[in-house]
Amino acid sequence: MIIVTVGMQLGFDRLIAAMDDLAPSLGMPVIAQTGKGTYAPRNMEARVKIAPAEFEALVGEARLIVAHAGIGTVLTAARCAKPILLMPRRADLQEHRNDHQMATVGKLAGRPGILVAKDESELPARIAEGLAVTDWAAVQSPTARSLHGALAAFIENRPL
Amino acid sequence: MANDTIRVLAVASGGGHWEQLMLLRPTLAQYDIRFATTEPAVAAQHGIAKVDSLPDCNQNKPVQSALCALVALWIVLKHRPRVILSTGAAPGFFCILAGRLIGARTLWIDSVANGEELSMCGKLSKRFAHQCWTQWEHLAGPASPRYHGAVL
Repeated sequence: MIIVTVGMQLGFDRLIAAMDDLAPSLGMPVIAQTGKGTYAPRNMEARVKIAPAEFEALVGEARLIVAHAGIGTVLTAARCAKPILLMPRRADLQEHRNDHQMATVGKLAGRPGILVAKDESELPARIAEGLAVTDWAAVQSPTARSLHGALAAFIENRPL
Repeated sequence: MANDTIRVLAVASGGGHWEQLMLLRPTLAQYDIRFATTEPAVAAQHGIAKVDSLPDCNQNKPVQSALCALVALWIVLKHRPRVILSTGAAPGFFCILAGRLIGARTLWIDSVANGEELSMCGKLSKRFAHQCWTQWEHLAGPASPRYHGAVL
């Protein structure tokens, strides 16, 4: 199963419509949390919002999360050790007030478990890559390893 | 001194702040760890039954902030931790302030969501916490905030 989420605050019809077009070719159920969008999906199960506990359970079952570049969703994916594919909102398309999601994906691209599609044309290839990831839970990013080490040093009052 | 005798209080508000604290949990679990949050139900979901509850607050709500500061002080006095750390937001900052009163060593880890500038509590923590860390290398300063990596 693939879960698509765009958060609760703003719609993101460009991502929802693109995933709806791709859904029949993916060979597995696709569930979308559509937020305040207006596009009505035909090929996937769509819900305006999903309660946190249920969302957590769905993420646990999912093979891949496809999402806007919201940090909250990236953190949930990391904690549940699921690969996540991010497509950033764009300010010039009135998808957000500024381009901070573009900046976010620029910095997160390449970290373990995080894939980026700059726009909808890149979705099919990145989805295939995401589904090919079987187990990255054991892979800790170098930045996370560094933070855990520094935290232990601080707590134990060792030099950093 | 054995790690599991070092008492640590870790504080985060619900949502993304708490998610980041949970990502640090494998390291925190080595110590005598105590958690506090604004959403204890979410902590229970993560299998943390014993958690202290803090009222949520922000700089626009002075009455709630005052109440939160009192609860933070009570929690800190109850546990008397040697180390207090927070990934945000205001309730965690109040716990750090309370920690200064009892001589705890305090650490603010600014949220990975703040990739453009430090949060307001992060800026205050540069002065009031022993250490303030950003999770974005380009935001690190010569002395503070320091950069030591990120949860992601």
